[in-house]
Amino acid sequence: MLWICLLFAFLGVILGYAAFRFKVEGDPLVVEIEALLPQTQCGQCGFPGCKPYAEAIAQGNADINQCPPGGEVGVKALADLLGLDAKPLDESFGIEKEKKVAVIVEVDCIGCTLCIQACPVDAILGAAKYMHTVIASECTGCDLCVEPCPVDCIVMTAINPSVLNWQWPEPIQNRH
Amino acid sequence: MFKRWNLKGGLDLEGHKDLSRQYSIINAAIPDQLIYPLVDRSGNAMTVLVKTGDRVLKGQVIAGSKGVQGTLLHAASSGLVKENEWRMIAHPSGLKSWCLIIATDGLDEPGPVYEPVDYTQLSAADICEKVHQAGIVGLGGASFPTAVKITPNNVRAVDTLIINGAECEPYITCDDRLMQQYPSEILLGIQVLLRALAIESCVIGIEEDMPEAIEAIQQAIECSGFKQIQVKVVPAVYPVGGERQLIYLLTGRETPSQGLPVDVGVVCQNVGTVMAVYQAIVKGQVLIERVVTVTGLGIKKPQNRWVRIGTPIKDLVSQCGGYNGPIERLIMGGLMMGFSLPDDGVGITKATNCILVATSKEVTKSSEAEIQPCIRCGECASACPVNLLPQQIYWHSQGGAHQKCQSFGLFDCIECGCCDVVCPSHIPLVQYFRASKSKLFLKRREDEAATLAKQRFENRDTRKVQEKVEREQRIRLKKLALVKLQKGRPSAPAKMQDKS
Repeated sequence: MLWICLLFAFLGVILGYAAFRFKVEGDPLVVEIEALLPQTQCGQCGFPGCKPYAEAIAQGNADINQCPPGGEVGVKALADLLGLDAKPLDESFGIEKEKKVAVIVEVDCIGCTLCIQACPVDAILGAAKYMHTVIASECTGCDLCVEPCPVDCIVMTAINPSVLNWQWPEPIQNRH
Repeated sequence: MFKRWNLKGGLDLEGHKDLSRQYSIINAAIPDQLIYPLVDRSGNAMTVLVKTGDRVLKGQVIAGSKGVQGTLLHAASSGLVKENEWRMIAHPSGLKSWCLIIATDGLDEPGPVYEPVDYTQLSAADICEKVHQAGIVGLGGASFPTAVKITPNNVRAVDTLIINGAECEPYITCDDRLMQQYPSEILLGIQVLLRALAIESCVIGIEEDMPEAIEAIQQAIECSGFKQIQVKVVPAVYPVGGERQLIYLLTGRETPSQGLPVDVGVVCQNVGTVMAVYQAIVKGQVLIERVVTVTGLGIKKPQNRWVRIGTPIKDLVSQCGGYNGPIERLIMGGLMMGFSLPDDGVGITKATNCILVATSKEVTKSSEAEIQPCIRCGECASACPVNLLPQQIYWHSQGGAHQKCQSFGLFDCIECGCCDVVCPSHIPLVQYFRASKSKLFLKRREDEAATLAKQRFENRDTRKVQEKVEREQRIRLKKLALVKLQKGRPSAPAKMQDKS
């Protein structure tokens, strides 16, 4: 009897240590969901960023079809992960668009810093009363800087095809 | 005589090498204009190191790219730097890019001349540095910086240098001619490379259908006494000149998937690169010209020429007698692995080994109607030199399951086109594979960008929280100070009254 008690006490210590040693920080499901989101941080889903949306999905507070930048492909990936049926994108949150990049028309910029405050990924460089500019390689194309600009000097432009982003075309398929 | 390992797959292609192989390499004329695209092999921008209006001399550094794989670009002749132009470059996309233009003055005045040095006195690091300074990249077509390849690596020991003289692509004869005409120079170049790598053993692989080249190299070895250099004859099977295929054939070692030849202790260099190393180290000349095969039924006088890098194809074609009748396609590189150029205004790059002016007799217009469904005959699998299952990869590629293609070894595909040739249904398999590769690369880039965006978003969040805490603390401190001040005030006048 004593031995059994000792054994259980011992196992209890092991379990207690394991719970402390191998503690998982955060919800692993949230991390997995977040990895599938495009990290545009645009807030079109109704949540302030991709992580809050991932948390909402994990808790069942949001549907999987609210992310327009992720598109149909993103919805499908989420459905696969969560074992749900894929569904079309909910258009009330926006439609899937080609990725663009923000460009500041520099002659029109008055240096108000509003866009800098709006940018979720710190991709706009500038200071008060100095011209601002977008770091194109960091821009996620989220559109969030366009609205706050008081002089409408930010335009979303298509990304130019270059040797770096060029894609071999797919052959035209001959359906039989 | 020599042990021949069996090469799996591959094709016996009609050579068409006699069009150009019997003529000696002659110097091409210096064109009026030299065109240098300002992008390196991976598409990154090169930094221009001269200004518009500058006069540059032959061999002067004009542009360079940074990073581990950075290279230098030298002016191929003396002249004035013109304004950069946005023009078409030698790239399968047919896209435009900024190009550096030099208007040559015909004087061909050499710039700073490097003293020819005795290579036996140079250390390995010196050789690597000089090779880098001379702007040498792999002249076989991939343009990988040679200095990076020969820099000693402590982790992976190299024991064999392989010289690729197996020019397996139909039509191309530039390496063949080089070996016939400059065998002793090539051997000296090999000696330099062996010294840089601090190894002894070297094997030159030459295709069996180049008897003159084999003869020339063997004779040169006899005369020079560099007995450690071996010549091995390889069968004339396409694509035996592929780096991995040649290494396997000559040493029996298989380069791992996603790995490099150094992983199996081998460094492989093209004959043209060896020649460039010789010129750089022994002669003190930087890489400003290379041998280019101009061939095909569409050109009046097919031949090999020493061409200055940057020469417009138009100029080169007119020096070779001009076009001969209607042209179907203008191909840069070989018939199998080259790509079509939309026009002849682009410049010769360091990677250009051949300009193939093809007529309709040589290339057939691929018509979509010809493409039939895959009948799973397996011909492509038996032709594949890398042991892939092209039909499976094609199946997943056309279904859009690009990740699945990767699990079937898509990235081991060398895009040799053997499967295309044997396919009885005329399916453009390589085109599918390239499209899939592009898609996967794009996905990888997007994932990297997403990780970066996530990082920046999180950093911004933490910064905002921190700013808020700091602001609150400041306000609290201010309030405290105010309270102190207010407490102090009523007592102060009292004290003053006391004193008075």
